Amino acid sequence: MKSELLIKALVASAAAACVFGVHSAKAAEPLTIVSWGGAYSDSQRKAYYEPYMKQTGVKITEEEYDAELGKLKAMKEAGNVTWDVIDVDSAHALSGCDEGLFEKLDYSKIADTSKFLPGTALDCAVGTIAYSTIFAFNADVYKDNQPSVLEDLFDTKKYPGKRALLKKPFGNLEWALLADGVPAGDVYKLLATPEGVDRAFKKLDTIKSDIVWWEAGAQPPELLANGQVVMTSAFNGRIGNAIKEGKNFKIVWDRQEFDWDYWAIPADSKHVEGAYDFIKFASDPKNMSQQSKYIAYAPTRVEAIAMVDPKIAPTLPTYPENMKTAVTTDLQFWADNNEDLTKRFNAWLAQ
Amino acid sequence: MSTSERPGNRRGLAGKPGDFVEFIDIQKTYDGETLVVKNLNLSIRHGEFLTLLGPSGSGKTTSLMMLAGFEVPTQGRIELDGRRINDMAPHKRDIGMVFQNYALFPHMTVEENLAFPLQVRRMPRADIEQKVERALEMVQLSQMRKRRPAQLSGGQQQRVALARALVFDPKLILMDEPLGALDKQLREHMQIEIKHIHQKLDVTVVYVTHDQSEALTMSDRVAVFNDGVVQQLATPTDLYERPENAFVAQFIGESNKLRGVVSSQNGKECIVNVNGHGDVRAVPIRANGPGNKTTLSLRPERVRINPTDGVFTNQFDAQVEELIYLGDHTRARVSVLGTDDFVIKLPNAEGVPDLAPGSPIRIGWKPEDCRALDWS
Amino acid sequence: MSLAEAAFIQAVDGVPLKIKLARAERKRKLKAVGLVLPLFLFVVITFLSPLLVMTLKSVENEETFGRLDRTREALASWSGQDLPDEAAFAALAADLKIAGEQRLAGEIAKRINYEFPGAQSKFKTITRKVAAMETGPYRETFLSTDAAWGNPKLWRVIQGASGKYTAYYWLSAVDLRQGASGIEQVPANQAVFLDVYGRTFWIAGLVTGLTLVLGFPVAYLLATQPASRANVLMIFVMLPFWTSLLVRTTAWFVLLRNEGPLNDLAQLLIGSRFDMIFTRFATILAMTHIQLPFTLLPIYSVMKTIPPSHVRAARSLGAGPFLAFWRVYFPQTVPGIAAGCLLTFILSLGYYITPALVGGPRDQMVSNYVSYYMNNIINFGQASALGATLLIITLVLYWAYNRLVGIDKMKLG
Repeated sequence: MKSELLIKALVASAAAACVFGVHSAKAAEPLTIVSWGGAYSDSQRKAYYEPYMKQTGVKITEEEYDAELGKLKAMKEAGNVTWDVIDVDSAHALSGCDEGLFEKLDYSKIADTSKFLPGTALDCAVGTIAYSTIFAFNADVYKDNQPSVLEDLFDTKKYPGKRALLKKPFGNLEWALLADGVPAGDVYKLLATPEGVDRAFKKLDTIKSDIVWWEAGAQPPELLANGQVVMTSAFNGRIGNAIKEGKNFKIVWDRQEFDWDYWAIPADSKHVEGAYDFIKFASDPKNMSQQSKYIAYAPTRVEAIAMVDPKIAPTLPTYPENMKTAVTTDLQFWADNNEDLTKRFNAWLAQ
Repeated sequence: MSTSERPGNRRGLAGKPGDFVEFIDIQKTYDGETLVVKNLNLSIRHGEFLTLLGPSGSGKTTSLMMLAGFEVPTQGRIELDGRRINDMAPHKRDIGMVFQNYALFPHMTVEENLAFPLQVRRMPRADIEQKVERALEMVQLSQMRKRRPAQLSGGQQQRVALARALVFDPKLILMDEPLGALDKQLREHMQIEIKHIHQKLDVTVVYVTHDQSEALTMSDRVAVFNDGVVQQLATPTDLYERPENAFVAQFIGESNKLRGVVSSQNGKECIVNVNGHGDVRAVPIRANGPGNKTTLSLRPERVRINPTDGVFTNQFDAQVEELIYLGDHTRARVSVLGTDDFVIKLPNAEGVPDLAPGSPIRIGWKPEDCRALDWS
Repeated sequence: MSLAEAAFIQAVDGVPLKIKLARAERKRKLKAVGLVLPLFLFVVITFLSPLLVMTLKSVENEETFGRLDRTREALASWSGQDLPDEAAFAALAADLKIAGEQRLAGEIAKRINYEFPGAQSKFKTITRKVAAMETGPYRETFLSTDAAWGNPKLWRVIQGASGKYTAYYWLSAVDLRQGASGIEQVPANQAVFLDVYGRTFWIAGLVTGLTLVLGFPVAYLLATQPASRANVLMIFVMLPFWTSLLVRTTAWFVLLRNEGPLNDLAQLLIGSRFDMIFTRFATILAMTHIQLPFTLLPIYSVMKTIPPSHVRAARSLGAGPFLAFWRVYFPQTVPGIAAGCLLTFILSLGYYITPALVGGPRDQMVSNYVSYYMNNIINFGQASALGATLLIITLVLYWAYNRLVGIDKMKLG
C-alpha cells in the first residue's frame, strides 16, 4: 500500500537523521542506499546490507523511493546529493545516464563487464537482478480451469472479476497487443504507429471497467489477498514472497515481461568510493546468489546463477520453463514515447 | 419572607378591570429545583409606565422574558389584553422590545433596521417609508438614516433601538435595562426622552432596571423584586416614603436601620426598645405586637440635629463619628442607640451648625417618619 | 496662535517641534519594519523565490539553450517549411558533437522529445554517429540514418528549443501546442490538462459545498450551546483536525475497501458489496471529512460573536423563526462562510495524497500531475507550468471573489 510506503519513508528519513547525527564523526563513512521498499528491500537488507555492515563497519541508511528521480535532480541542482547508491529500473538506468544524473561506472572497480549477463553492464548502471512482470491469480477463486495464458487476463467472460494492472502504459500496451494476437516480434513496430496504439487501447477498453490500478510494487499481493481483485499484474518476486507466506496465489509465466534492475551511483554523490565498494560487494557472485533466497529474482552474473539453490530456480524468471514465451521490453522505445503515451494513457483513463 | 404568608398579594395587585397585562400565579424554574420566579401576581394598567426593579437574580428579567415570549412560565398564566399568551410565539405578540445592548442588526442601515418590523408584517412600501420617516423624526435621527449601527454613538444607537421598537405601533413596549451602557449624563437625558415619548404615544411600558433612581424618575409604578417575589408594587412616592418592608426600605434610597423589640403597640403608633439603649416611637407597619422583634427604618434626611426640646417625641444623645462633604449636603455618621453607622444628611443651607468629629449632639425625628417593619 | 507661528514652535532644547515629531515617527516606523522584517525575509526566501525560480523554469529552455547555438544561427534564414540546407545539418552535428562529449546530448534529446515524440532515440543514434565523423556531408548521413531528419517539423522544434524562452510548457498546460501555422489544440487523445483543471475545480467546489452544508448546522449548534457542552462537542469536530492527513486518509482507505467494515456491513444487511474505494465518491467523502473543520471553525467563531439578542429582537419585532434566522442571523454569518469556504476551496485545489490513495484514475487532481511530472518524468518545466496555471486561476478566482463578496468582509472570528 502506498500509505505504508510513505510512512516507512518518513520513519526511514527520521532514522537517517538520527544516524547522521550520531555517526558523522566515524572514520568509515555511512552510505545511503535508495531502493523500492517492501519485500524487495527486505531481501537486499538480508543479502547485502547486513553482511556488508558486519564486514566493513560501514553504516548503511536505507531510503525508499518510487522512481522519483526528480528528487535526485533537485538534489543535484541544489548541490547537496544525499543518496549514494540507488537501485533503478532499466528505463531510468538509461534516461538517468543520458541526463547526467548518474556517474559513468568504472568497471575496474567492480568486475569485468564480461562477467555479467549481456545487457546488464551499462554505462552508468550495473545489473543486480532479473525480474519480470507476470500476472497472478488467487487460486482460491479459480480452483479448476485456472488461467494459464496471457489471453485469460483479458477474458472477463471466462474469468469474471476485477483485475489489477500497473497504472502506466508501460507493459500494458504490449500485453494488450500480444493478447490481441500480435506476434511478439511485431509489437514495438506496431506500437510506433498511431494505429498500433489505438489497437492496444481498444483491447484495454474491453476490460477497462474491471481494472483496478496499482502504483507501488507492494500493492498487487495485497489486492489479491484482500479480495479486491481476482487477478493482477505484478513483479514476480512480490507474488513469490506472498506464496512463501502461505497465500494461495499462482503465477502465470506466459508472456512474462522480462527486465533488469540495476545499481547506479548518483552523480555528485559524496561517497563515490564507498558506493563502488558496496556495489562490488553486492556484485560478488556468492553474495549475489544469496538474494534469490529471500525474493524470487535471479542474479545477473553468470557464476551467481550457478550458485542459486536448485530448489529456488523454478520460481525465478530466468528458469528455462518460465522463459519460453518471455518478451523483453524495448527500453529505447519507451524512452522515446513514454511521456507521450502516458499522456494518452491518462486521457484514456479519464474518459 | 415566603409568599404563603401574604395571601393578600394577589387580591391587592391583580385582577382589576382596565388591567392590560396580568401575571397570574406565575412560577418559573430552569432546573426544576429552585424557583427563579415564585408565585408572581402582577397587573399592569393600560398606558402605564411600570418598572420592574431589583438586584440581579431577583427574577425581574425572567419575568420580562416570559412576557416577551422568550421564556415559558413553568406554571401560571400570563394574559395580555384579556388573552392568555403563555404559548404564543414571540413574533405574534406584537410587543416592542428594547434590549440591553440595543440588538441593532449590524448588517442593516438605520433605515433598514426600522423598516424590518414593517417588512415582516408585509406592509406596503409607501406605508413603510412614511412610518420609518416618522420614527426617525421622533428620535431626531433623520440625518443618520443611511448609517450602520457601528457608525453611531451609544446614545444614537439607543434612540434607533427605541424607534425600532415603536415603529410598528405596538401596544406594549418592553425595555430590558436599555440605558445600562450609557454614561451618567446621557442616561439621565435619555430617561427624560423616553418618559416624554411614553407620554406622547400612549403605550404601555414595562421597564426593567436595577437602578432605583432611574426607576423612581421614570415610572408611574415600580414593582420591587427580590428573590423571585414582588416585594412592593407602588408609585415612586409611596415606595420611598412608605416602604412596606425592610428590603424595600433598604433598596430604595438610603435608610437607617435600628433593630429592637416592640414594647407596646396600638393602631397608630408603637414603642420599640432598641437593644436597651432607648425607646423609639414609630408607625407600626409590619410590627406584630408587643414582645416581637422589628426593624425600624428612618430616612437620613428626616433626622434633625439639636432640635428644640419638645418638637420631636424621639430625641436622643449622639456623637459625631465622621463628616463627609458632598456639595449640596453633608453626610454625618453618628453613633446613637448602640449603633455607630447611623447616617444623617444635612443640607448645606444657612443655619447648619458647625460640627466636628467627636462632638456630642442631640438628634431627633418624628414618629411618623420612622416605620416599624419586619425583622431582617 | 496662527499657523505661521505654529511652524516655529521649538522644543526646550531649541529643535523645532516638527523635526522632533518627524524623528519620533521615523523611529516608530523603523521599529515596525524591524518587527515585520524576519517574517518578510522568511516568506521571500521560502515562498516567493522558489515560486519565481519555478516560474522561470516553466518558460526557459534549460536543457537546450546555449547548447544549440550553431544550429540556431544556421537556421536563422530558414523558411521553416522545406528541408534545411547542409549548413544547418553541419551546425547541428557540431553542436551534438560537443554536447556528446560533455554528456549533455541526453538532455537535449529529452527536451526535443517532449515536442517531437521519438526524437530521443534519433538524437542518440545521430550523436553517436557524428562523434565518429570528421567531415560531411552531414545532410546525407542524417537522412540515411533516419527519415525523420527530413521532417521540417522536427527542425522547427529544434529551432524553437534553441532559444532562451519557450511557450511550450504553458501551451501544453492548457492543451495547446505550436503547430505549423500558429497555436492549435492538441489532439483529443492527448488533451488531459483542461479536463484535469475542470475536475480539480469541480471536486474542490463540491467539497466546499458539502462542508458548508454539513458544517453550518453543526457550527450553529455549537455556537448556541452552553460553553461546557459546546466544548465537548467541539472536541469531536476538532479530532480530525488534530489527526494527520495521512492517517485519516488511510483510515478511509481501510473503511471503504471491498473487504472493509462498511462493505462487510452492506454484505450482512443487503447481501451485496459496493465499489467505494478508488472512486470519486471516496475522494469526495474523505476530502469532505478532512476539510470540514476548516469550513466550520471560521463560521463557528463568527457565530459566537452574534449576540442571541439579535434573533430575539427580530422575533419580538414580528419575524417568525425562519425569517429571523434568514434576515438577521444568516447575513451576519456570511463573513464566516466566506472565510471558511475560501479556505476549504483553496486547500482542496491542492489535494494530492487523498485522491492518490482513495481516488480512482479519474479523480487525480492537478497536484497529482505536478508530482508526476516533477518526480517521475523529471520534466520540471511542465510541472511548473501546471502549478503556476493553477496558481493563476486561483488568484483570478480570489480576485473575482473579492469583487463579489469583498475580502475585507471576510472574518476568521
